[in-house]
Amino acid sequence: MSQRPKTPVFLQKATYRQRRVRDAAKLVPVLGAVLLMMPLTWQDDAQDTTTNASALVYIFGVWIVLIGLTAVLSGLIRSSPEQVHKETSEE
Amino acid sequence: MGKRVLLIEDEPNIIEAISFILSRDGWTVHTHEDGTSAMAKVLALPPDVIILDVMLPGRSGFDILRDLRDNEVTKATPVMMLTARGQDKDRELAMRLGASLFMTKPFSNEEVRNHVRNLMEA
Amino acid sequence: MSFNALIVIALGYVLLLFTIAFMAERRAARGHSNWLTSPWIYTLSLSIYCTGWTFYGAVGYAARSGLEFVTIYLGPTLVMVGWWWVLRRLVRIGRAQRITSIADMVSSRFGKSTPLGVIVTVISVIAAMPYIALQLQSVTLSFAVFAQTEGVGWEQNDFNFTAFWVAIGLAVFTVIFGTRNLDANERHHGVVIAIAVEAVVKLCALVAVGIFVVWGIAGGPSEMLTRIDQSDIVLWNQESGRWISLIFLSGAAFLCLPRMFQVLVIENADERHLHIASWAFPLYLFMMSLFVVPIAVIGLDLMPAGSNPDLFVLTVPLSEGRSGLAVLSFLGGFSSATSMVIVATIALATMVSNHMVVPFWLYLQGNQQAVISGDVRHVILLSRRLSVAGILLLGFVYYRVSGGGTALAAIGLISFTGSVQILPAMIGGIFWRGATGVGAAAGLITGLVIWVWTLFLPSFGVDAVISQTVMEQGPYGLSWLRPQALFGANGLDPLVHGIVWSMILNTAAFILFSLVTFPAPLERLQGAQFVNVFDHSSAAPAWTGAATGAEDLLIMSQRILGGAEAQAIFEAEALRQGKVGYLPDVTSDFIERLERDLAGSVGAATAHAMIGQLIGGSSVSVEDLIAVADEAAQILEYSNRLEAKSKEQERTARALRAANDKLTALSIQKDSFLSQISHELRTPMTSIRSFSDILRDGVTSDAEHEKYAGIIYDEAVRLTRLLDDLLDLSVLENGQVELRAQTGHLSDLLDRAVRAAGLHEGPLKIIRDRASEDVTLTTDIDRLGQVFINLIANAQKYCDAKAPHLMIKVSEDSTGYLIDFIDNGSGIAPDKQELIFEKFSRVADGSKAGGAGLGLAICREIMQRLGGEVLYLAQSRGAAFRVRLPQVKTTTALEKT
Repeated sequence: MSQRPKTPVFLQKATYRQRRVRDAAKLVPVLGAVLLMMPLTWQDDAQDTTTNASALVYIFGVWIVLIGLTAVLSGLIRSSPEQVHKETSEE
Repeated sequence: MGKRVLLIEDEPNIIEAISFILSRDGWTVHTHEDGTSAMAKVLALPPDVIILDVMLPGRSGFDILRDLRDNEVTKATPVMMLTARGQDKDRELAMRLGASLFMTKPFSNEEVRNHVRNLMEA
Repeated sequence: MSFNALIVIALGYVLLLFTIAFMAERRAARGHSNWLTSPWIYTLSLSIYCTGWTFYGAVGYAARSGLEFVTIYLGPTLVMVGWWWVLRRLVRIGRAQRITSIADMVSSRFGKSTPLGVIVTVISVIAAMPYIALQLQSVTLSFAVFAQTEGVGWEQNDFNFTAFWVAIGLAVFTVIFGTRNLDANERHHGVVIAIAVEAVVKLCALVAVGIFVVWGIAGGPSEMLTRIDQSDIVLWNQESGRWISLIFLSGAAFLCLPRMFQVLVIENADERHLHIASWAFPLYLFMMSLFVVPIAVIGLDLMPAGSNPDLFVLTVPLSEGRSGLAVLSFLGGFSSATSMVIVATIALATMVSNHMVVPFWLYLQGNQQAVISGDVRHVILLSRRLSVAGILLLGFVYYRVSGGGTALAAIGLISFTGSVQILPAMIGGIFWRGATGVGAAAGLITGLVIWVWTLFLPSFGVDAVISQTVMEQGPYGLSWLRPQALFGANGLDPLVHGIVWSMILNTAAFILFSLVTFPAPLERLQGAQFVNVFDHSSAAPAWTGAATGAEDLLIMSQRILGGAEAQAIFEAEALRQGKVGYLPDVTSDFIERLERDLAGSVGAATAHAMIGQLIGGSSVSVEDLIAVADEAAQILEYSNRLEAKSKEQERTARALRAANDKLTALSIQKDSFLSQISHELRTPMTSIRSFSDILRDGVTSDAEHEKYAGIIYDEAVRLTRLLDDLLDLSVLENGQVELRAQTGHLSDLLDRAVRAAGLHEGPLKIIRDRASEDVTLTTDIDRLGQVFINLIANAQKYCDAKAPHLMIKVSEDSTGYLIDFIDNGSGIAPDKQELIFEKFSRVADGSKAGGAGLGLAICREIMQRLGGEVLYLAQSRGAAFRVRLPQVKTTTALEKT
């Protein structure tokens, strides 16, 4: 694939922003996975400190944060067909 | 001793014929058969009239004509070109280079005689 | 609330769904499908993930295992928020390749393979069966709850009866709306809108119950939280293996379940819908699970001990006397169950008919005629309808056999694990070009076997299929094959054990077999298109050498797509090609597109097979493959083609220039030939005319007279000879000469030539070696003699030595006789040697030679006619000509002429 026509090394600001938004969108599930694994570390500390309510609030809190984050990022991602097409060459 | 004509021509029989015709008309006919040394011969004489064949061994008649016209001595010498090829472009070239007359072979003896006479008088 | 009223409400609800679906289909048919394809409808249609089992069961799950129930929703949430990774790719591929199902996806990726389609279909059907049974059970149970409130305890028969009629009703709905049409993009507007409505109903129902519980019973959120803290349920007591495994499992199942693939990929109308769904669907899941814990906590508090927590969603409102809320809740559960079953059966029926029934039918028909004349469309629709009925029947049978007991509840996750076996092949297929069909099949089969052994068979219960002994000691005492402790891994939860082993071995087999096998060309082509789906927006040509008529293709397409649609496709193509009518040229491009349209109805493998039967021969060559392997190759090929084109133009221009040069040269040649002829004719003529003029004047002496008459005579002879030569040459050049083969002796011929050359006039001495001349020739002796005369005469004319002599040498080599004529003169200057055989190319001045310069040209022509040649030998001293005469063998050719 080295013969693929090169995209410019430096992009316009808008395009640059767009790329970083996509990077962020890709990272959301990673962040989600990490946050959702966190409670597994509680178990060993002391079972008494983990109340039902705090566990419930934590899980649902992470959940709603992920949803909000995705909503913001998905809103920022433009997806005119040519944009979608252009973007892929960086992968 | 009449006026001198120099005939530059390589075909022996034609030399013979023209020499005979002009001699009888009172000319002194000098002949030369080679193109390369023709110019030297002309300057050595120099003749009153020159009859010049186009197709000569060594050097074309046109080249000789150009030299003749460039030379102070022969600049005004009447030159009659002879050719057996008889093409219009040869005639044009000859006239442009400054030939006085252009004659196509075969010719009538009368023609040769009159032309050379006219050239001398002009 | 009477039970009969509930039946009426349920039937009314079903009728409402029918009406909505019907109207949506009508609208879509009229082209008003805008709001039908909005991202919100798309998001809601995804909610079939929340089935009746999750609607009712989540509360029970929470009551039993605390927060573990959210893993079922967290997996899909992560997949959705990570849509940029996998979903976007799947949707793009699905659209680009006209994928009809997950089986089609895998089959298409690995070279449109029928066996892979079958394997995936089998896995999906087996995995879905218990799940469908689960839905029947949840609906049946919910009916029973209402019957119980009327004081009627249900017998097993009542359950079976209800389950049976529910199954029948679902079959009818699915057949009507799911298999009504066989259009090219395989979307079901009616079904989608119906399940969207159902999605709203079930969310509203659950939220309503939740609000009632939190505000109506507990008295507010903070009170609720206090009650949750005080509850007996331990929310967070998760084993990490299970937590991680279940999140993975549910996320993977979200992608691999046939019904989810159907709504996510197949029914997706616009890739941009993912932007909204990526957060809206997780929000939907969030709402669905938000009140699960409160309901479970309150349910445990309120309901008598021993009551089924799976039904708290119904029983809590009922026990509080809120029958309206309970009915809403019932409808929510009913919606969850029915929408799941409908979509699942559509997806499975498509797979079964496209990947099993139709290929089998095609195989039975076996010839090209069947594809054209067989009623494919009818067969496909019928097979789909039968498949729908069959799948529901299987679900019902499973429900009956398993007894509808608690064993069913556990099988939801086991069913998930079965479906997830497709994941490695699918994900590997869309990200890894090296994945092969053999690898995919190996992985799928390995996964299926492990899953059946470790999870599916044990799920029927101890001693049902696998005996207690085998469970504890392994088959035939092979302890490392114990279903729940494979390879001695006995410390794992049975479900985690099954997930881990099946996924590890599945993936390992997939990768290993992919690494060691080599894919077929079509497979590589498809692989490139799937993996590089964002680079290749258009398809690569997969058909070469199309040797079929457009008419056959049209007839076949009509059988599948229906007359109007097929004709529209053909007409559009004809228009695109700039043709009138509806029969376009069968280009490979067109076939490719048509195949894709057909694939939208019958799946890639079947469409490929059907077109293959018509077209015949191989579909894709290695050259095609290389040409489309990647973008670089495409660009390279394009530039190569440009280069080739410009090279071709250059060649043409060169040829034109050459032709022009040749014409110009010919024209110049002709001019110079004419002027030469003129010169050669006029020169003797001048002498003749001039001297005859002189003689006529009669002024000459006798000697002169005689001399001049001689000149006239000589010049006349010269003129005659010139004319003769010209005529001779013209005849030779035009090939009109007649050669007469005679047999003669070379020595005699040379004697004659020497005599004819008139050597008595000159000093030239001939040196010959008569011994070598003892050769008998069969050729045109006269013409050969003419050549010899010319050469000898030339030597006589041009040899400038003081004592000129000419040596004639005869020799023989493998090609024939060589006769050399070598004189002792100064020869011919190197720069002239090439010219001497041309016409009028006198090297010396013509007057001396007395010839027109045609002699050697004539010699050359003669020797060519005789099959030999004459050439000038460049050597240090003297002019040397060589005549090469071919051996006798050419004489036969001569005699024939």
